[in-house]
Amino acid sequence: MRLIRNLAAWFDHRLKLGQTIKETMAHPVPRSTASWAYVFGSASLTVMMLQFVTGICLAFVYVPTADQAWTSLQVLNHQQAFGWFIRALHGWGSNFMVALVVIHLIQVFLFGAYKYPRELTWIVGVFLLLMTLGMAFTGQVLRFDQDAYWGLGIGASITGRMPLIGTPLVRLMLGGPIIAGETLSRFTAIHVFIIPGMLIAFVGVHLLMVLKLGVNEWPMPGRIVKRETYLKEYHDLTHKDGVPFVPDAFRKDLVFSGLIILALVACAAIFGPFGPKGQPDPTVVQAVPRPDYFFLWAFAALALLPPQMETFLLIVGPVIAIGFLIAMPLIFGTGEKSWRRRPVAVLSVLLIVTSLAAFTELGTYAPWSPVMDAWSSVPIPPKLLAGRTALERQGALVFQSKQCLNCHALGGAGGQRGPALDAVATRLTGDQLIRQVLQGRGNMPAYGNNLSPAETTALVAFLESLHPPGQKPAQDASLVSAVPTSHNTADTAEH
Amino acid sequence: MTEPNQGDGILAQGLAAPKKISRRQMLMTLGIALNAVAGVLFAVPVIGYIFGPAKRKEMKKEQAWITLGTLAQFPEGETRLATYRNPFVRPWDGDTGNIPCWVRRISADKVQVFAINCTHLGCPVRWFPQSGLFMCPCHGGAYYADGARASGPPPRGLFEYEYKIKEGQLWINAGHVPTLAQPPSQACADQSKRFACV
Repeated sequence: MRLIRNLAAWFDHRLKLGQTIKETMAHPVPRSTASWAYVFGSASLTVMMLQFVTGICLAFVYVPTADQAWTSLQVLNHQQAFGWFIRALHGWGSNFMVALVVIHLIQVFLFGAYKYPRELTWIVGVFLLLMTLGMAFTGQVLRFDQDAYWGLGIGASITGRMPLIGTPLVRLMLGGPIIAGETLSRFTAIHVFIIPGMLIAFVGVHLLMVLKLGVNEWPMPGRIVKRETYLKEYHDLTHKDGVPFVPDAFRKDLVFSGLIILALVACAAIFGPFGPKGQPDPTVVQAVPRPDYFFLWAFAALALLPPQMETFLLIVGPVIAIGFLIAMPLIFGTGEKSWRRRPVAVLSVLLIVTSLAAFTELGTYAPWSPVMDAWSSVPIPPKLLAGRTALERQGALVFQSKQCLNCHALGGAGGQRGPALDAVATRLTGDQLIRQVLQGRGNMPAYGNNLSPAETTALVAFLESLHPPGQKPAQDASLVSAVPTSHNTADTAEH
Repeated sequence: MTEPNQGDGILAQGLAAPKKISRRQMLMTLGIALNAVAGVLFAVPVIGYIFGPAKRKEMKKEQAWITLGTLAQFPEGETRLATYRNPFVRPWDGDTGNIPCWVRRISADKVQVFAINCTHLGCPVRWFPQSGLFMCPCHGGAYYADGARASGPPPRGLFEYEYKIKEGQLWINAGHVPTLAQPPSQACADQSKRFACV
């Protein structure tokens, strides 16, 4: 024990760091900040450090070339000792980090911590968020599989929509005319050197400002931030009623970080690494590209945006969103901090979080995408065929072979691109069905060129039979007399 | 009357100053100038290196005629997948240098060659002969057999490659990822109103 103390003293005599470290650790913070609400920033930092460690480990084996990257991931998964676990830690770590950074941002926003004098801390934080997302996207590319390949294609297509500079930007992003070796090399350099370097620098500045300006106090309704008085108020708060950062506030950070690491290890051990999915071979066109979960909301938004405003929103949208995040503390730099007195702020958070969650949820099953193999793998439910005429059954065959099931569901199975057709006859008359099938409308392509008259007749006969028992099929109002005819009453009685 | 005198003094000092550059000051100025020149000499090639692929001269070169093989592989009235090795590849590009496309043989000497990429966001469209549609797995775009937009978010029909038939071989003019800003050669003219074409 004595030896260690002497050794420490020897080093400190030369390094002269002990005093600074001691002062930093013991610096007073408002008593109210020793709270569980304040643990997300430090947890993000912890996960980032772990990402550095596992990332460096992966670099020992991973080969960043287009022809070998996928194979090296397989080696990591199956041959390298603990390779699968390091990959799992790194993949789950990225999920954890995105989640923690977003939670940290929401907490800081709701607590008004971006207000004077911490505006710049927030702005640096916005850049840290963008870098985290940048790491997530580039990391997804380094897991060089089908998803990565087509994800790059999506990136190139979005970039290519930029007016005037679109093409040079696409080239700059891909490093050449196609998605290939140089694309992966570029993304490796960005993922391994450029963004991590910037992250270290920006995290350093972010932390330095937290130390110099102090941790934001727990906001109290009615305690207004004014440029003239805030610094003195904060000084009083920390010096008259403050606690030392270590150990009083640090305890909870320590416990939470420990829990996060445990959760991360558990996720990695239980769920294993992400992919890689199919080989990055563009000639395998049976690909169903999907982004990682933190970009599912964008994937969903891109399917659901009105097409005519898409290019505008793709290019201007991010500029406005990021611009607003950066400008926000400069516009709303003073005033009320407490969420209890900031209904617009709270509602904005709720609206954005709900929208992102809803888009993400939709993105997990992508109802707008045709189910490419439904026509050959999903049968028409037998109960929709029982007791049908020969013509109607022939129509069911046409329905199956013309791949209607790729977009339309029957009996709960099939695509969701178009409406489910279990009760289509209650919505459309025979004539309307013919018109809809042959000419298409809205999102439905026209099948006029692709159906013979006999096929159309059979198909529409089958569709006309699709109405639940007890429900009348749709009728053309202009052809129905006000007084029920014998035919109509018979039809109703039948069910 | 002291103020004007003071003013004169400052003025005189200011005029005299340039003559009195000390050796230390000059060394500092020289140091800054040297590093500025060195910085520019250093930065120009670095920027040129990073931005190299985006040079217009480079981009113009990246288009070439490639054969998809004999025309006989593509029966009349059918649409089939063809693949070609991109003419601009690196030795380590592996499978990513192989590019697929859809060939629709209309008649003896008439074909359409479609890029694999959906015009919406570049996902690989798949041909379904039974329903006569190209469908995209990403955001639900669909195209008719002739490449025209059928439904979904795509802003236009499928990208088409310029082609020629020579001695029974089908050739296409290709070389880069087709995007709205830079469709394959043929469609370029049609789109030039909205987007810059190389």
